[in-house]
Formats: sequence, C-alpha cells, structure tokens
Amino acid sequence: MLSSPQRKPFSPRAVLVITLAVGVLLFGALFTGILVLTAAIKPVMIAAFLRQVVGVDPATWPHTTLVTWVSMAITALILLTFGAVISGATVWWEMRVSARMQSRIGYNRAGAGGFLQWIADAVKLLFKEDLIPAEADQLLFRVAPYFVMTGFALTFVALPFGEGLVAADLNVGIFYMVAVTALVVVGILLAGWSSNSKWALFGGMRAAAQVVSYEIPAGIAIMVPVLMAGTLSMQGIIRAQGAWPWQWFVFTNPAATVAFLIFFISQLAEGNRTPFDLPEADSELVAGYLSEYSGFRFALFFLVEFGNLWVMAAVLTTLFLGGWQIPWVSAADWTAARGALGDLPGAGWWGLQLLSMLVMVLKTLVVLNVIVWIRWTLPRIRIDQMMNLCWKYLVPFAFAAFVFTLLWQVLLARVPLLATFTGFIMTGLFVAMAALFGRQVKANIAASGDHVDLTNW
Amino acid sequence: MPLTPLQTYFPIGLVLLVGSGLALVLLLLANVLGPRRPNAAKMSPFECGSVPVGSARDRFGVKFYVVALLFIVFDIEAVFLFPWAVLSTELGWAGYVEMLIFVATLVVGLAYVWKKGVLDWAE
Repeated sequence: MLSSPQRKPFSPRAVLVITLAVGVLLFGALFTGILVLTAAIKPVMIAAFLRQVVGVDPATWPHTTLVTWVSMAITALILLTFGAVISGATVWWEMRVSARMQSRIGYNRAGAGGFLQWIADAVKLLFKEDLIPAEADQLLFRVAPYFVMTGFALTFVALPFGEGLVAADLNVGIFYMVAVTALVVVGILLAGWSSNSKWALFGGMRAAAQVVSYEIPAGIAIMVPVLMAGTLSMQGIIRAQGAWPWQWFVFTNPAATVAFLIFFISQLAEGNRTPFDLPEADSELVAGYLSEYSGFRFALFFLVEFGNLWVMAAVLTTLFLGGWQIPWVSAADWTAARGALGDLPGAGWWGLQLLSMLVMVLKTLVVLNVIVWIRWTLPRIRIDQMMNLCWKYLVPFAFAAFVFTLLWQVLLARVPLLATFTGFIMTGLFVAMAALFGRQVKANIAASGDHVDLTNW
Repeated sequence: MPLTPLQTYFPIGLVLLVGSGLALVLLLLANVLGPRRPNAAKMSPFECGSVPVGSARDRFGVKFYVVALLFIVFDIEAVFLFPWAVLSTELGWAGYVEMLIFVATLVVGLAYVWKKGVLDWAE
C-alpha cells in the first residue's frame, strides 16, 4: 500500500475556483458565441454590420460573400462545440444525479464535484488504441461514427436558442429535425452489422427495430403542434404559443397533452434511453452495437448519445412548452426593439434576445433533468413489451390525438376562447398533480426516517 | 437582400462539412496520439472471453424485416400528413374529410396487421 498519503497539488478552495472558472468561462464563451453569431449571420445583419461598422457598401464590396461564409463556418463550429460540451456536462450531471439516487459518491476526483471528469475522459480516450476487429467490415466500421456525428451536428442548424437565435429558420424545420436524427440510426445499424460480433449485431438490429417503430408515433404526435401552429418552422411553432404555461400547446389542447407524452416516450426510445436502452443493454449485450468500438470512435458515439439529450429536450420545449417566449413581451415588442430592419439592432433588442435564450435554456435543462431522472428510476423493459407499447398503444393513441386535434381546430375557429379556458384548467390540473406528487414524496421521505440533505454535494 | 429558397439550405451543407470535418480531425488526432499494438486476441470479436463460435454474419429473425416494412408504410403516411397539416386551415372541410378518410384507411391497415399477429413479438 502507499506509505505516504497522496500529495494534493491544490487546496479544496483552489480546486473549486478552477472548476468554477472553467465552467463559467466555457459556457459563458459558448453561449455568448451562440447569442452573437446566430443572430449576426442573417444577410440583413451582415449587410448592416458592413455598412455601419466597417463602413463599406455591402452590395459593391468584393468580400461580402467571404465574410458571410466565414461567419457561418465559425457559427457552425461554435454550435458543434456547444453540442460536445453540453454532452460532457450532461454526462457529469447524470453521474452526479445517479450517484445521489443510489446513495453512492459518484464523480468527485477531477475538479470540484468531479465536474472536470468529462474533459479528463475525452483526453484519455484520445490517447487510447483505436481497434478495428480483424474480421470487421473495415469501410462500414470506419464510416459509422461519421453518420452518427453528422446526424447529430445537423440538428443544430434548425435548433432554436432564442427569438432570433437559430442558425437557419428552415420553413420545414421540424420535418428536417426528424429527417436528420434518422441518420443516427443508420450509423448505429452500420456499427452493429460491420463489427462482425454477435452482441453488436443484436444491438444494431434491436436499435433499428426500436427506432424505426417509435418514429411512427413520434411523427404523428408532431403533427398535433404542427396542426395547431399551421407551420413546420421551429420558430413559427414557438411564435404560435405564449409565454405563460396556459398558453403552451401542451395545455391548450387535451390531445396535445397526449401527443406530448407520446412524443416524449418516443424520444426516449429513439435516443436509446432507459427504459428503452435495449440496443445497449449492458447486462445482456455487453454494450450492444458499441461492443467492438474503442478509443475515440467510441467517444464519438458516446458524445452523440448524450448530446442528443439536449436536442430531445430542446425539441420538446419548442413543440409543446412555449420555447423561448418571455412573459409580457409580445411580437410587437420584438419588432419595436429591433428598430429599422436595415440598421444594427440596439442594446434593448440584444437584452431581449439574451432573456429569450435564458428562458429556452432553463426549460430545456428542466426537461433534460426529467430524462435523467427517468433513466435512474425505471428498469429496462423487454423487447416484446417495447414493441407492444409502440404499436398497440402509442400508434393508436397518436392517431386518436391527431383526429381529435383536427376537430378541435375546427371548433377553435368558432370558439377561440376555448383554448384559453382549456389552458387554465389544464395548468390548474398540472399544478395540483405536481403538489400532490410533492406531498407524497415528502410523506415517503418522512416515513422512511430519511431527510432531504442538499449540503452533501 | 432576402434569401432565395435554396440559399436558406446552405448552412446545412456547411454544417455537414464542419461536422464530418470535426469528426475526421478528432479521429486522425486519436490515430496519431494513440498506441498501436495489435494482437490476435485483441483483434477478434468479443464473446465474453471465449473463442468466438461461428460467424456473426448469420440469418436473422424475420420479425425485424416485417417491422421495417410496417415502418415504410406508416412513415410515408406521415410524409403525406406533413404538407397537409401546414395547409389544413386553407383546405377547409373538404381537406378535413379527405384526411379523415386517409387516416381511417391506415387505421384499418393497422388493425389488419394487429389481427394477423405481426405485432406480437413474443411468438
């Protein structure tokens, strides 16, 4: 055994300061980058910037196109870096939460509260041997991580962060999201098949069957907010909702609540999250389609899996939970703050953008946290149960919600007040349920003789 | 200068390049930094430590293919629903009735598949 105690180079206080500095600087830089760049790469903004700050006429200046492309490339890089960093931070959060839920210690070595662990892991994986099994299909085995990575990266094009904060507000927004996330399963299937390992093959086939099945209820459930908003654009769907809970799609239409639950469950299944982690089921399939992957190729799969949690949560927030809408700020206020369209916007507009980003990020983090809770609360289901749940429950209910929304929209055209009325009732019901849940949890904690301890973090 | 419809899709191509470029750079970096000491045991597929029995390129349960077929039918249906959902208010009653008939056809299809036992995975 060690004769002398391990030497610690930093005092606990210094570790805390370093961790906080890394966290704040990293996320501060990324969010500032997203805030400024996603707003600034719009052609109107670039033209205004060139005219007012650089002092050239954008129409005749020879480098306008170059500036546009370079700023777009930087934005893409920042968005991807954000994806990677949020993926790492999610892993950290998940490990800390799971440790608390299972009365373990969890990450606590690298940085305060183990926050720097994901950076250490990423660096470690860079220095690991990258194995390709001898009998594997070399080409497919190498190509699979690229499919997974691009499928993940492409979602950030249409993912909104705030009112004007989206790389490209595509008019087919949500349809595009569904299309590019499907690329991930192609990568998973390729990984499973090409490994030439039985575990990997089973994992890949299960993933294909699962993701492909749950795409159906998810696709039909998406139709409900699309019908209510009358557009596929992510920003358009958010603009059709209000800032207060009773103005969110999830509460203004009873069928939308059902659609929300169906979409949430389908997203869990498509992201291979517990209780739908059959493709990776570590107690039966070793690591499923990932079994033969090592080194950084493995890291890319891992990054996408956890980064997708953010995408999932942000899409849910967009479709059903009012997105970035700020209370008391109407569409007219946004236009007023923006000023003349040819000019650069003032500080007020940037402040509003920052606020909208804050709202969006907070809501997304809350949803993300629920996804993490679910993973550590529910056991894995069997493959026949997984199939039954999808085809015998979710698909019929999704169809029912869709048809109900059709009629609901007709009804709303006659009685517009119905949406507000339903919104209040549903919000009230939700608050009552949340209160009951909280009371039950409190009673359970008291009954077991335990107490809530937030100091031991 | 407003964007032409095609130009709004340029960022997608750019992100495709940047995304795969990032993956490529990271994998190359790992290639350079990581060790390379292969041996026969390391390069064989993992089968819980024992010598692999047979090949993994084997026949597979037909259930998976049936699910894939079902997926194609219902996913194409979803593709039809998307453009309709955007225009539903303009299409009016005729549009509603048509969509109800379309959805009803699919529900009948689902009921048929259900009755045939395709959805019973356990058998």
